[in-house]
Parts: sequence; structure tokens; C-alpha cells
Amino acid sequence: MLAVIIPCYNEQYNVGRVLDELTLLNSDTILVVVNDASTDLTSQKAKETNKAFVIDLPINLGVGGAVQTGILKALRLNATQAVKFDGDCQHSSEYIKDLLKPILQNEADIVIGSRFLSEEPDGFKSSFFRKIGIKLLQVFTKILTGKIITDPTSGFRAYGSKAMNFMAVNYPNFDYPEPEEVVLAIKNDLKVLEVPVKMRERFAGKSSISALGSVYYMIKVMLAMFFIALRKHKKMD
Amino acid sequence: MEKIQIISIIGSVLFLFFIVELIKKCLIKEAYSILWLFFGGLFLFISLWKDGVDWFAKIVGIYYPPAMLLLFLIIAVIFVLIQFSVVVSKQSDQIRKLAQEVALLKSQQTKENDH
Repeated sequence: MLAVIIPCYNEQYNVGRVLDELTLLNSDTILVVVNDASTDLTSQKAKETNKAFVIDLPINLGVGGAVQTGILKALRLNATQAVKFDGDCQHSSEYIKDLLKPILQNEADIVIGSRFLSEEPDGFKSSFFRKIGIKLLQVFTKILTGKIITDPTSGFRAYGSKAMNFMAVNYPNFDYPEPEEVVLAIKNDLKVLEVPVKMRERFAGKSSISALGSVYYMIKVMLAMFFIALRKHKKMD
Repeated sequence: MEKIQIISIIGSVLFLFFIVELIKKCLIKEAYSILWLFFGGLFLFISLWKDGVDWFAKIVGIYYPPAMLLLFLIIAVIFVLIQFSVVVSKQSDQIRKLAQEVALLKSQQTKENDH
């Protein structure tokens, strides 16, 4: 069974649309909305649809803590695969099957939807500085893990049950955990693969990283990646 | 005995007494008070053995012995602050786990009430 985990922070205008899109998937899928203590009507809008388990965190934990909560819920519902799907409509459900394929064929534990693998020019518009940032994280990931991950910041990911059990305990509890997660996974012998996806621009709401915050973000995330790489292997429960 | 020595002995004893009182009233957990007690004890020791300060300053090459007292003080404060960072990090981890568990239990409960 597949669980789609949708971390949401103040996504009242998007969450309904995201759930509508996801219900078009086949029936053996559960949707888990993790509302990260939104200050708007996200929880209410999600519950109104009656399509998802809605988990309301009592305090804001950041994306990392929210995703981990979703993984915990998925495991308790006996899901064997999970897909992380942003609550802001950036991800397209049509790629979920591509993400899951390597997991179902036992070729990977974590599959990342990469915007930079596609042959055709991608529709994803990116600012100059964001491109530099992503490039820097790519190089840094390569240095730390020896593996090339073209899109370490992509949040569109699928997890097999081994990765779910691991991340339920060890998920990086950080505001923007994606690049850390890559290093953590590879360092702990989880197989990480990338498949090409396209992402959309956001419909509503503003991006979570401001221009000024991004320098701080880069420093923080690279520091965190560095220390994750230094740490000993985590125990698998 | 010089005036400053008497003052520092009284100060150190009062400080240690204050820490012990806080532990007795359970306002500091024993584990977190070890550093305070250690440095309180160190300062009492230094005030009692004044020549020791001069002697030790000479060994490590500090020209102005009282500067060494400041050095000890700064080291003490840094250690305690580091300990605070460790404790705060641990607590934020615990708070996260609690919040997650509360959210998961609540979602389960509303589901059960529906049925």
C-alpha cells in the first residue's frame, strides 16, 4: 500500500487542489496531510475534502518534523511505500508511478524526482542564484558521498519500507531537510536513485525561502550535511 | 589575610550555598548543577590558596596573575553555556517527538470517534 505524505504549512488555497489531483490515483493509496501548525484554514480545507488523514501538529516543526510525522503515520497504517508530495501544487501526480517503479522493482530505497534529468528543456523557471545554490549543493553532495545527485533540493521523493523505517527514526529535523536527507541516506547504505520529473510553478502562496534567507539556508544546510557525513552509521531498528 | 581574599572566600561560599539551595529546592537538576558546583568549588579553592594563583600564572606564563582568574571565569561560563546548548538541543528533540505523538494520537482519536 502506498501512502502519499503531504506536508502543509499555510496552504489553504492549494491543499484541496492537491488532494483532488491525488485522488485520481489508484485506490490502494492513502493520503496523509500533515498540517504543520498552519495559521490559516489548511486543516479545515483538507478535512472538508474527506479524502485524507489529516494530522494537525500542535506546534510548528518545520518540513523535516512534518514529513517524519507523515512517515510515522504511514507506517502505523501499514503502508509499504511512501511518496512525499508538496502541498503547494509544485509536484505532478503523474510522476508518482515513475518514482515508485524502482522501489517496487527493489532497485532503490529512495527515489528522487529530479528536475534536471529530463532531456527536453524543463518548464521549471529558476533564478540565477537558485541555480548556483543547487549547483553548489550538487558538488557538495558529490564530495561528501561520492554520488552524483542532480537535484538534491527536490522534495518530490518516494521511499521504500526500509527507508521509511529508517527515516521514521532518523529524519533530519530541519526546516529544509532535502539535501541532508540525501547525505544521510547514502551514508547509511540506502540506495538512492533519481528519475526525471517536471515541476510546476506555485499556484498560490509564496515560496518558503526568501532571497535574503537563502544565504543563511545554504550555510546551515551545508554545515548540517557535513556533520551528517561525519557521523557514524545510524542503527537500523 | 588580605581584604580581597576574605571577600572572595565569602563570595565563593555564598555562591556554593546558593547553588546547593537551588538543588535542594529542585530548581536545578543535579546533573545540570555539576558544572556550577565544580567551578564554585574551584573559585573557593583559588581564594583560599592565593599563592597558588601566582604560582600557576607563572607556570603558564601569565604576567598579571589576576588575569588568570578572569580566564578561569570565562572558561567556566563557556562550559556552562555549551552545556545549555546540549540541553536545549536535547529538549527540542524531545518536544518534537511529543508533538508528533500528540498529533498522531489526536488523528487516531478523531477517526475512532467518527465510527
